[in-house]
Amino acid sequence: MMASSYSAKDEDGHITVSGPGGGTLRNKKPENTAFKQQRLPAWQPILTAGTVLPAFFIIGLIFIPIGIGLYVTSNNIKEFEIDYTGDDTSSPCYNCAQNFSWNNTKSCTCIIPFQLDQPYESNVFMYYGLSNFYQNHRRYVKSRDDSQLNGNIDSLKKPSKECEPYASVDNKPIAPCGAIANSMFNDTLKLFYNDPNGTSVPILLTSTGIAWWTDKHVKFRNPGGNNANLTAVFQGTVKPVNWHRPVYELDTDPENNGFINEDFIVWMRTAALPTFRKLYRIIQKNNNMAPTLPRGNYTLVVDYNYPVRSFEGRKRMILSTISWMGGKNPFLGIAYITVGSVCFFLGVVLLVIHHKYGNRNNSANISN
Amino acid sequence: LFCFQILRKEERRVRANDREYNEKFQYASNCIMTSKYNIITFLPVNLFEQFQEVANTYFLFLLILQLIPQISSLSWFTTIVPLALVLSITAVKDATDDYFRHKSDNQVNNRQSQVLIRGSLQNEKWMNVRVGDIIKLENNQFVAADLLLLSSTEPHGLCYIETAELDGETNMKVRQSVSVTSELGDPNNLASFDGEVVCEPPNNKLDRFSGTLYWREKKYSLTNQNMLLRGCVLRNTEACYGLVIFAGPDTKLMQNSGRTKFKRTSIDRLMNTLVLWIFGFLVCMGMILAVGNAGWEKEVGSLFQSYLAWDTPVNNFLFSAFLSFWSYVIILNTVVPISLYVSVEVIRLGHSYFINWDQQMFCSQCNTAAEARTTTLNEELGQVEYIFSDKTGTLTQNIMTFNKCSINGQSYGEVTDPLETQPKRLDFTPFNPLADPDFCFYDDKLLESVKVGDSCTHEFFRLLSLCHTVMSEEKSEGELVYKAQSPDEGALVTAARNFGFVFRSRTPGTITTTEMGRTVTYSLLAILDFNNIRKRMSVIVRNPEGRIRLYCKGADTVLLERLHPCNQEVMSITSDHLNEYATDGLRTLALAYRDLSEDEWEAWSESHRFADKATDCREDRLAAAYEEIEQNMMLLGATAIEDKLQEGVPETIAVLSLANIKIWVLTGDKQETAVNIGYSCKMLTDDMTEVFIISGHTVQSVRQELRSVWLCAHCDTAGRRGGGVGKQLHGSPPPPPLPLSNLMDNISGEFALVINGHSLAHALEADMEAEFVSTACACKAVICCRVTPLQKAQVVELIKKHKKAVTLAIGDGANDISMIKSAHIGVGISGQEGIQAVLASDYSFSQFRFLQRLLLVHGRWSYLRMCRFLCYFFYKNFAFTMVHFWFGFFCGFSAQTVYDQYFITLFNIVYTSLPVLAMGIFDQDVPDHRSLEYPKLYEPGQLNLLFNKREFFICIAQGIYTSVVLFFVPYAVLSNATQSNGVPLADYQTFAVTTATALVIVVSVQIVLDTGFWTVFNHVFVWGSLGSYFIIMFALHSQTLFRIFPNQFHFVGSAQSTLLQPVVWLTIALATAICIVPVLAFRFLKLDLKPQLSDTVRKHTKTQRKPPGQGRLGARGGSRRSGYAFAHQEGFGELITSGKNMRLSSLALASFASRHSSSWIDTLHTQTVHTVCFSGENTKTVIKKKKNFTHTVFLSQNASVTSGSLQEATYRLMT
Repeated sequence: MMASSYSAKDEDGHITVSGPGGGTLRNKKPENTAFKQQRLPAWQPILTAGTVLPAFFIIGLIFIPIGIGLYVTSNNIKEFEIDYTGDDTSSPCYNCAQNFSWNNTKSCTCIIPFQLDQPYESNVFMYYGLSNFYQNHRRYVKSRDDSQLNGNIDSLKKPSKECEPYASVDNKPIAPCGAIANSMFNDTLKLFYNDPNGTSVPILLTSTGIAWWTDKHVKFRNPGGNNANLTAVFQGTVKPVNWHRPVYELDTDPENNGFINEDFIVWMRTAALPTFRKLYRIIQKNNNMAPTLPRGNYTLVVDYNYPVRSFEGRKRMILSTISWMGGKNPFLGIAYITVGSVCFFLGVVLLVIHHKYGNRNNSANISN
Repeated sequence: LFCFQILRKEERRVRANDREYNEKFQYASNCIMTSKYNIITFLPVNLFEQFQEVANTYFLFLLILQLIPQISSLSWFTTIVPLALVLSITAVKDATDDYFRHKSDNQVNNRQSQVLIRGSLQNEKWMNVRVGDIIKLENNQFVAADLLLLSSTEPHGLCYIETAELDGETNMKVRQSVSVTSELGDPNNLASFDGEVVCEPPNNKLDRFSGTLYWREKKYSLTNQNMLLRGCVLRNTEACYGLVIFAGPDTKLMQNSGRTKFKRTSIDRLMNTLVLWIFGFLVCMGMILAVGNAGWEKEVGSLFQSYLAWDTPVNNFLFSAFLSFWSYVIILNTVVPISLYVSVEVIRLGHSYFINWDQQMFCSQCNTAAEARTTTLNEELGQVEYIFSDKTGTLTQNIMTFNKCSINGQSYGEVTDPLETQPKRLDFTPFNPLADPDFCFYDDKLLESVKVGDSCTHEFFRLLSLCHTVMSEEKSEGELVYKAQSPDEGALVTAARNFGFVFRSRTPGTITTTEMGRTVTYSLLAILDFNNIRKRMSVIVRNPEGRIRLYCKGADTVLLERLHPCNQEVMSITSDHLNEYATDGLRTLALAYRDLSEDEWEAWSESHRFADKATDCREDRLAAAYEEIEQNMMLLGATAIEDKLQEGVPETIAVLSLANIKIWVLTGDKQETAVNIGYSCKMLTDDMTEVFIISGHTVQSVRQELRSVWLCAHCDTAGRRGGGVGKQLHGSPPPPPLPLSNLMDNISGEFALVINGHSLAHALEADMEAEFVSTACACKAVICCRVTPLQKAQVVELIKKHKKAVTLAIGDGANDISMIKSAHIGVGISGQEGIQAVLASDYSFSQFRFLQRLLLVHGRWSYLRMCRFLCYFFYKNFAFTMVHFWFGFFCGFSAQTVYDQYFITLFNIVYTSLPVLAMGIFDQDVPDHRSLEYPKLYEPGQLNLLFNKREFFICIAQGIYTSVVLFFVPYAVLSNATQSNGVPLADYQTFAVTTATALVIVVSVQIVLDTGFWTVFNHVFVWGSLGSYFIIMFALHSQTLFRIFPNQFHFVGSAQSTLLQPVVWLTIALATAICIVPVLAFRFLKLDLKPQLSDTVRKHTKTQRKPPGQGRLGARGGSRRSGYAFAHQEGFGELITSGKNMRLSSLALASFASRHSSSWIDTLHTQTVHTVCFSGENTKTVIKKKKNFTHTVFLSQNASVTSGSLQEATYRLMT
């Protein structure tokens, strides 16, 4: 081919003096880097039958055994639950529940007999459970002063306004302040084993070791350090409205009194859901070979202080053994088995679909 | 003073050299300020501007809500941190921009200019120049303000300016002072000048000015011809003096620098709609939860008061519900996170940089890289359906090359086999020292023929060197610069120059050439100028020997009729050659001469003079006189000029049309030229069923033509299908409101439509436009020729209105600006026609062929990435936020959040922002060469398949599903579970940590699935984000932080305590599986059963790794059709013969004076320059393409004489 050039550009030879690129001609060629040219090395995964179908089978094959394991473990856990709300006239706690008033300083006691059909091996955990109790309500959750609970003297004397309306009474600060502390669970539960020979043996309930380590050692601290005289430290504060005793009289053990009382700490760890259980006591395993709680008749003695009927709540006492994965939890095992099976099944279905209808040879379809 | 204020609105009074008087009007000073802020005002003003954005105000509103303790469900920092981040990013960007504006303002304001103060010239900064000052400008200086030209060093008060910065036109323009002031001359006289100018108030019309000068009791009217506008540069004028009329912000330059209209992409609009929907959704959620709250507080909460009293102002459940509504608005607001808008901007910015960085869109000849001038339109590039293209400079290079010629029946320039051996380029230098080194020709037979001295060949080139209206400028001996009014002529004269017939210089009466090394001066007796009707031009010259000869060149159709009968044989051969050239898409001209005897000349000269002087029908009489002499000519041969297409144009057009993009060419060219180009760039092909041409002049005829096209297209289609639909339609008007989609389906043949400007004007009328659109859209190619810039924009608007399609306009000249601005996307070719189109455009690059890469690669990727980003983003935020909704049913509708507040703050800006940004910036489904190979990959964008309302609902459905799983699985598992030490897991903090961790893992797995292109950044961001979640969580839950701020970090120890539990991990794994498995199965099925083309190509690429196919589209094939094109414009001959245009620059004078050949410049020196003043209003519009001011002047003069219509002139402007 032939060509020649007559360029219109030549006509204005003088024009580039002030033009945009006129002065210094710098090479504007973009750099040839993989990043700028979008040629970075990259892994480009594609969902092919070869990767997806095995994935389904693998998920299935992993989930089903785990599920079975979980289910079996969960089934081996023994759990006993007793509702002592006292709603029902037949309930031993009916009278206590009926006669309740906040001003009543004398506690009401009810005795509930029950029977364990199986012996409880190893450590047994004793829980109290509440239902319809909204510990997760926004106003409830924020109604506390962590600084006060952490032993800050200033906060002790002047609780945060988050605690309102449980921050002070007659201008005296409440310690511990807030709605959570104020509503602390204060029933006392005792267990007695009714020996077949007729005697009633009290069962030793350990009240420590029931809170988180961080709560006990970091988050909650008594003002003035651990060895101070709590009565003096809390001088000038008042107890929460609903409490029978001030915070420094919760326990006689100085390691479990004041803000670091574990019952208190457990209560202060608010529950996520309106029906919850909290660890109350631990029944330690005996040294001998006998089960911790042998089969037989027991008596639960309740100091009934905590009113729940006003908001249709329920109170329960739960005894449970535990495994590596915690307490009884059948859902997890069933869910794993179900998901695993569904995956496996899906894998099979997809395999069939892929073989019957799938586009395995796609390159032939490319056309413009 | 009051009356001055009024006056100022309607007119402006300026008195020269009288600052006191002018100050009364309080005119703006010459200090310009394009910057928006200074150090003090930056913060308030910038914040004020930012809060004008709805999104920012919304978040501010949320922030205020959060400060009300009864409502606040989240800490204030959950909103203020992202908001502050967004505001500060924007503020930093604004501050940088403004800093550069300050810098440039300062630079401009501090330029020096010479001001006449109290009779002496003093240096002043530009910003101190006042209205009414007289300032002196020197050569190559920028004009400081809008000046009234008073006098200049050039004769007749002329001066020359270049307006490139103002309007992008690179040709020089001439300005002349009013004659009375031009006599003032030196500063002393000017100092006493006290004329008063009364003129219009400041406006933005660059080509208009009207005012009156009152001086010495006389009135002189002022026009734009007397004005020097700010932004222009003084050229070829030693110095001039001007009176400042408008200064600073009042100047036309500043008045024109308005903000351009903000374009939004369709995704933007969709996004805004969706965001509104989401707000509606948010309000609904809030309502539902508020109602729930009312019920709960009434039924449960009131009974629960012994443990949890209501807040102080709350006294009933309804008020509580009202507060709860706002609380929920706050916590659910993350469905539309503030980071959405910022992320979208970041992604677009990234894509813009990729466009700027693309080496394959870099033109090394002109050293220009592609530039995304707007960063907000990238994804729309992936959705274009219509391209409106200019022709000249866009499809073609606007470079004419002398390609072939036929001399005396012998064709030169044939190359036998261009593929096998690279033909050798002829070297002219040894033979001819005056040759243009840039000229290329490959056939040495022609050079041989010249060297041998073949008389026909000599005469052929002599004709080319004489018969034209080119001006020459010889800067130094032998260094010739030709200034041609059309590139065709330039190419021909340059060809003659290289073959030894060098045109050196001309005066009004002579032409000097160097013929084979010998200087010959011909006396020019007459120029029989070109016009559109004659389609030819001639010169009559007397050679040194005294022989008179007429040389004529013109369109073959006209010229072959006027030959002497004895030419029959040559004519038939030449005619064959002409057909051949036309087939190749070349622009052909036939050349002929005629010897005149002295008597013939005298006789004709007399009649010519008579016709010239005639007052009525001068045009016709002149034409008749020309006709009379241009007879019985002897054929010399023919030339073929190639209007060079830009590189890769046919390929690009082919690829784009395969991508289902319709290309319309809108050109100011004539129909023949346009059709010619249409064929050569493969828009029109011989395979087409029919090419319709609509050129009716009346409404009726246009309508008739349109209907027949419509009918023809449909009959043909119907006929092919064997149906009888065509019969029914016959004779009756087609139903215009037919649904367009149906219409498109009904057409199976390939049609093309060529429509003329005057027909288009009718077709664009309201009652016909629907018909026009439906007809035009049924055609595969549409060419609109002879359209005005306004019509270009109208056509674009028409398609925007009727087709709801994304349009792209591409052009390079000022005439394309309206179209570029009105299309969704405007692309400017940074070519030879100035920078105005580029300035108005959204994207610019230097070659048309880059368009395919811009659309098919960058646009497609951009669209894909943006869609994937949006899908994921909405999904992610619904999954994140809706958990709160479910939790509401279990926490007494109290607006308690599920997660830690720090998690809520950081989730969108830290934990999940970078992986999705990386996907939005780097993702690729298929490599770039594949998307060029398979243009069909572009279609999903046009059909809007990847992100639309349906996809959006799928995304949020998936998000809601995920949120259900993320809430209820932990709920079901944890409510009864305990740690291995017996402590229950159902406490709030464990639940929060479990859900949050599950959420982060699920959305990370989802992004892993969504990301198709894992660069190192994706890896770093995905794994980094996941890692950062754990690191930050452990840090926030650490004892150290708690000891410092016990009231801020309630979650101390939760992370350790929770994440050490196997049950928690089993829960997370379960939730993840339940969330992801259905997605995986669904995606696999879709891919397996209904794979998209991109999936197939992707798979194919992976398995085959085939190198990209190259050069599938071969060389041009021939098609038999007329290739006539004669791109000349009339308006030269008269100029030359009168010599009016000629000026004397000091430079030229120096070089010419030393030489013996007294050029036309000398002649010019003595002549007055009325012509300049004569060029009328339409000069401005006409001059665009003419590179020399002299041409400009003449062209417009003749345009007004011959046609007198602006439209005619505008047509020409676009050829």
